[in-house]
Amino acid sequence: MCRGIPEPKLTAMDAMIDKLTGAIFVFQIVVVIVLGIAGNVWKDTEARKQWYVKYPEESPWFELLIIPLRFELLCSIMIPISIKVSLDLVKSLYAKFIDWDNEMIDQETGTPSHATNTAISEDLGQVEYILTDKTGTLTENKMIFRRCCINGVFYGNDSGDALKDVELHNAVSSRSPDVIHFLTVMAICNTVIPMKTKTGDIFYKAQSQDEDALVHAAARLHMVFVNKNANILEIKFNGSTIQYEVLETLEFTSDRKRMSVVVKDCQNGKILLLTKGADEAILPIACPGQQTRAFFEAVEQYSQLGLRTLCLAWRQLKEDEYEEWSLLFKEANSTLVDREWRIAEVCQRLEHDLEILGVTAIEDRLQDGVPETIEALRKAGINFWMLTGDKKNTAIQIALSCNFISPEPKGQLLLIDGKTEDEVRQSLERVLLTMRITTSEPKDVAFVVDGWALEIALKYYRKAFTELAILSRTAICCRVTPSQKAQLVELLKSCDYRTLAIGDGGNDVRMIQQADIGVGISGREGLQAARAADYSIGKFRFLKRLILVHGRYSYNRTAFLSQYSFYKSLLICFIQIFFSFISGVSGTSLFNSLSLMAYNVFYTSIPVLVSVLDKDLSEETVMQHPQILFYCQAGRLLNPSTFAGWFGRSLFHAIVVFVISIHAYAYEKSEMEEVSMVALSGCIWLQAFVVTLETNSFTILQCIAIWGNLASFYFINWIFSAIPSSGMYTIMFRLCRQPSYWTTVFLIVAAGMGPILALKYFRYTYRPSKINILQQAERLGGPILSLGSIEPQPRPILEKEVSPLSITQPKNRNPVYEPLLSDSPNTRRSFGSGAPFDFFQTQSRLSSSYSRNKDN
Amino acid sequence: MDNGSASTVERSDPPTRKPLWRSQAINKFTQQNLPACKPVLTPTWVILTFLLIGTIFIPIGLVSLHASRSVVEIVDRYDIDCVPEQFKSNKLGYIKDSSYPKNCSRTLKVNRHMKAPIYIYYQLDNYYQNHRRYVKSRSNQQLLHGLGSNKTSLCKPEQSNNGLPIVPCGLVAWSLFNDTYKFIRGKSELNVNRKNIAWKSDRDHKFGKHVYPFNFQNGTLIGGGKLNSSVPLSDQEDLIVWMRTAALPSFRKLYGRIEENLHANDVIVVNLMNNYNTYSFGGKKKLVLSTSSWLGGKNDFPGFAYIFVGSYCIVIAIVFMLLHVKNSRNTHVGYN
Repeated sequence: MCRGIPEPKLTAMDAMIDKLTGAIFVFQIVVVIVLGIAGNVWKDTEARKQWYVKYPEESPWFELLIIPLRFELLCSIMIPISIKVSLDLVKSLYAKFIDWDNEMIDQETGTPSHATNTAISEDLGQVEYILTDKTGTLTENKMIFRRCCINGVFYGNDSGDALKDVELHNAVSSRSPDVIHFLTVMAICNTVIPMKTKTGDIFYKAQSQDEDALVHAAARLHMVFVNKNANILEIKFNGSTIQYEVLETLEFTSDRKRMSVVVKDCQNGKILLLTKGADEAILPIACPGQQTRAFFEAVEQYSQLGLRTLCLAWRQLKEDEYEEWSLLFKEANSTLVDREWRIAEVCQRLEHDLEILGVTAIEDRLQDGVPETIEALRKAGINFWMLTGDKKNTAIQIALSCNFISPEPKGQLLLIDGKTEDEVRQSLERVLLTMRITTSEPKDVAFVVDGWALEIALKYYRKAFTELAILSRTAICCRVTPSQKAQLVELLKSCDYRTLAIGDGGNDVRMIQQADIGVGISGREGLQAARAADYSIGKFRFLKRLILVHGRYSYNRTAFLSQYSFYKSLLICFIQIFFSFISGVSGTSLFNSLSLMAYNVFYTSIPVLVSVLDKDLSEETVMQHPQILFYCQAGRLLNPSTFAGWFGRSLFHAIVVFVISIHAYAYEKSEMEEVSMVALSGCIWLQAFVVTLETNSFTILQCIAIWGNLASFYFINWIFSAIPSSGMYTIMFRLCRQPSYWTTVFLIVAAGMGPILALKYFRYTYRPSKINILQQAERLGGPILSLGSIEPQPRPILEKEVSPLSITQPKNRNPVYEPLLSDSPNTRRSFGSGAPFDFFQTQSRLSSSYSRNKDN
Repeated sequence: MDNGSASTVERSDPPTRKPLWRSQAINKFTQQNLPACKPVLTPTWVILTFLLIGTIFIPIGLVSLHASRSVVEIVDRYDIDCVPEQFKSNKLGYIKDSSYPKNCSRTLKVNRHMKAPIYIYYQLDNYYQNHRRYVKSRSNQQLLHGLGSNKTSLCKPEQSNNGLPIVPCGLVAWSLFNDTYKFIRGKSELNVNRKNIAWKSDRDHKFGKHVYPFNFQNGTLIGGGKLNSSVPLSDQEDLIVWMRTAALPSFRKLYGRIEENLHANDVIVVNLMNNYNTYSFGGKKKLVLSTSSWLGGKNDFPGFAYIFVGSYCIVIAIVFMLLHVKNSRNTHVGYN
C-alpha cells in the first residue's frame, strides 16, 4: 500500500491560536503606528522645548522612524514567544500521559497505547466525526465457525455452537454422505497451507480468516486437513487418509464473490468441483432440480444474527468436460489483455448446476465494550460513519449490534443504491428528502451506501451528498475501497468538520493519514495502520478514554495555557504603553530588560506549565456525562470571545497595577527602579492569583509551582539586589523594608482580583455553564441531585447503562447476536435515565436538534 | 475497565526498586491521579472572603489616611514669582542670562507643628526625567571608574567636549538641578543638613571615590549646575540624588534636612538662587518642606484606595448575600 507523504497536521486549536496571534499582531502594529505618530508629534511640539533632552535641531528623515521602532521593540513582547515553547512542552506531556495510561493498556497482548504524533492531542477533544473501519476495528477479526445448515438441517441453533452440537457429531460418525461432502469442501476448498510443528501438531497458514475458521472447524469434526504436498492434498477422516489432487484453483475475487477448486479424488479418479462463496453468488447457479429455499432461509436467519455466511456447493465433473474447460482456462490464464475478466468468464462456464451442500455461519465477534464506547461517544455529540469493505447486510448487522444504528422503529435506515447515474440520483434525492423531513422527528436516521453508488454520488452529485453528510449523524458505507475511504474523509474535512479515522489494516492507512486524527488499532492485521496513525491503541474501546479523558483535558489545558500566555504578555505590554504616556511618548521601558526576560521566561511560565495537571472534572464524571465534550467540540473555551475576556482582564489589571503603583509611589518615591519593581511585583502577585483562580484542582505540584514561583520572584530579585554592579542594587531590600510597598502590593491584588472573583462567582452560581453544574454536583454532591428526587444518582445510571450491554463481554460466553435482539428496550431505558443530562440537545450545532427538542 | 486498571497498578508496582512511596507517587503522576484539592466557589466562602477583605482593608485605609494626614507639608511654587517684574514676558531671557541676579526671597508660614527631621525637597513638574533619550544618556561605568572607562558612547549627545571626554557624561548629569536654598527663621539661619541625602549604596558602589569631575559644563551650551572638580563623585550628593531618575514627570528630590522642630506660626524666609531653567518648557519648580510618617510623605492615595476597595468588597459581599438569600428561597419554593 502506498502510504504517501503525510502532511504535518495542525490542530484546530493551533489554527485558532494562530488566528488570535494574527489579531494581536495587527493590534500591535496599530499601537505602534499610533504611538509612533504621537511620539513624533510630541517630540516636535514638546520635546524640542525641553532643553535637557537636547534634540538636535536638524535631523535626517529616518529619525522619524526611531520612535515607532522603539515602540515596536516595547510591544514585541505582546505576542508571547514563550507560548510556542510552553505548548510544545505540554503537548509532549499530553502524549506521554497517553503512553503512560494504565487503563489503555491492552490486557491481552500487553500493548500500551501510543501517541506517535505528540502535537495534536487537543484535536481529540474536538472530534466531530469518527470514521471507522469495521473488521478488526469494531470486531476482533477472530473468525469462529458457529453454525451450519447441511442439506436443510440446522446445526448449532440450540447451543449457538455447531461444534458442540451432538447431532452433528452423530451425523459425522454415521458417515452421512451430505455431511461428509460438506466437511470435505470445508477442509479443502481453500488456499490454506497446513504446517507441521516438531511435536506433530498441525497449524494452518491462511490468508483469509474465514478459511482458517472453516479448516479449523472441519478438523474439530474429524476431517483433518493434514498435508499439502505440491498438488496432492491429504485429509484424515476418522483414521483413514484420503488424497486429492488439486487440478485447478479458481481464485476468489470480490466481483465473483466465490472461489472454487477442481480436485481429483485419488481413490476413484473422480473429478470434483468444490465451490464456496457468498449466497448471491452460489444459490443462483444451483442445479435446476435442487430446492434452495431452505438455504435462502438459513442465510437469511444467519445474517440476521450478524454472522458471516458462506454457501458450500459441489459438482462432479465429467472427464471430457474438464479437459475441454481446462484448455480454455489455460488460454485465459495466459492472455495479456483483460485477463481477469477472461478468467472470470471462463470460471463461470464451469461453475454451474452446482449441488448446494449447505451454509456455514462464521462469527466475527465484536470487541469488548464497542457498543458502550459508540453509545458514549455518540452521546458526546460525535457522529459515526462506518466504512467497510464488507457486504451491506453484514455491515448493517454489525452496526445494529454495536449501537451504531438503532433498530426499527427508533431508527431508520435509508438506502442509497443504483447502478447508473440516474438511479443513484433518484435514490439520493429520495433519501435527502426523507432526511430533511425526519430531522424534525426524534429518530435515528442513518443512510447506507455502497461503493458503486458512492463513486457515482461523489463524482456527479457531490453537493447533494455533502448535504446528506451534514444532515446525517450516522452512515454506513459498504464495499468501499481505500481511496474512497480517504475521499469521504476529505469530504467531511471540506465541510470544516474535525474528523477522526480509526482502522486496523493496510486498507485504512490512506483514510488514517487523510483525517485530522488517525487512530490505528494494533490488531491482527499487523501494525501497518498503527504505524501510519497519530495514535495507536490496542482496542476500540480505548477510543472513549482517548477522546473523553485525554482529548478533553488536553483541550481544556491548552485553552487555558494559551490564553493565559497572551494575558500575561498583554498585561506587561499595556503597562509599558501606559507608561509611555507619562514618559513623553518616547518609548522608555518601565521595566529593565532583565525583569522583562525573567517575567516571560520564568515567573509567568512555570506556574502555568503545571496547569497540565489541572482537571476541571474528574475522569469518572466525564465518562458518565460525555455530553460535556460539547464544550470542546464547539470550541467554547478558546475562541475570540473568551480571548476578548482575557484581553479585557489584562487591560483591567494593567490599569490597576499602573494607576496604583504610580500614585502610591509618587513624588519623593518616584524613583524609576523602585516604581518598576513595584509594578512588576504587582503583576507577579496578580498572575499568581489569576492562576489560582483559574485552576480547578490543586495538586501539590501546582501549589508548589504557584506559590514557590512567587517566593522565587523575591529570592531572585534579592540576589540581583545584592550585586553592586546590577542596576537594581539594593532596590528589592529597600522595598521589602517599606510598609508602603506591601500595602501597595496588597492593594493591587485586592483591586485586581476582587472584581474577577466576584464575576467568576456570579457566573458560577447564577449563570453556570454545564461544566460548572457538573463541578458542583461532583464536589458538593449537591445541586443536580437536589433538583429532583426522581433522578437516580449518576453512579447507578452508569451501571444500568452498562449491564444490558455487558452481555457481549468475554466473561459471558454468549455470542454477540444474543443481546442484539433483546437489547433494544434496554437501550431505550438507559437513554431515558440519561435524559436529565441530555442538556446538549438544545445547543447542538445541527439545526435539526433544535426542532427535535421542540417536539419533545 | 476498572478491574483491569487495578491489576495493572499492582503489577507495575513491585518490580521497581525505588522506595514504595516514590514509585507510588510517580505512578500517581503518570496516571494523572495525584491527590488534588478541588475548591468550590461556595456562597459562604466567597461572601466571607469579601467581608474579610472589606473588614481588613477599611481599617488599613483609615490608618494610612491618618498617617498621610499627620504629615505636615509646606509647598511653595516659586518659579514664576521669582522672576523680576520686568522679565515676566521674557522669562527665558532672564534665566539664560547669567548677568542678571538670580536670588529671590520667599516667605513660608508654618501652619502646624513640624517635628524634626523636616525634609527639604525640590519638586519639578512637567519634567520628563523618564524620557528615553534622557534616561539612557549616562554611563554607570564612568561614574564608578572615571576616565578609565571608555564606554561613553551611551552618553550621547553629551559625551565629549572639545575632543575631551566629560566626567560625568550624559544628559542626566549635564542637566543637574542647581537652585539653592537658605532658610532663615527669625534672625538665625536654619541649619540644613546636606549630608546623607543620597542613598548610601549609591555613594559606596555606584559613584567612584576617586572619580573627579572633568571637562564638565565646559561646552557652549550650559545645562544645569556645575560641579566642584576637587570633590569626588561619591561625595557629590546632589548629583547622586539627581541621577536617580524619576519615573514620573512630576517628582521630588531631597535637598536636605532641617534637624530641628518648626513650630506653628513660625515664619521662614527662604533665600534661594533661581538658577534652573524650567521656563522654556513650562515646567514648575516648587520648594517642599515635609515631615514624614511610617508610610513616607504626604500621600492620601493609598488611604483612599484602601477605603474604596474595602467598602466595595463589603458592598459586593452584601449584594451576594442578598442574591443568595433570594435565590435559595426561590429554589426552595420552586422545587418543594
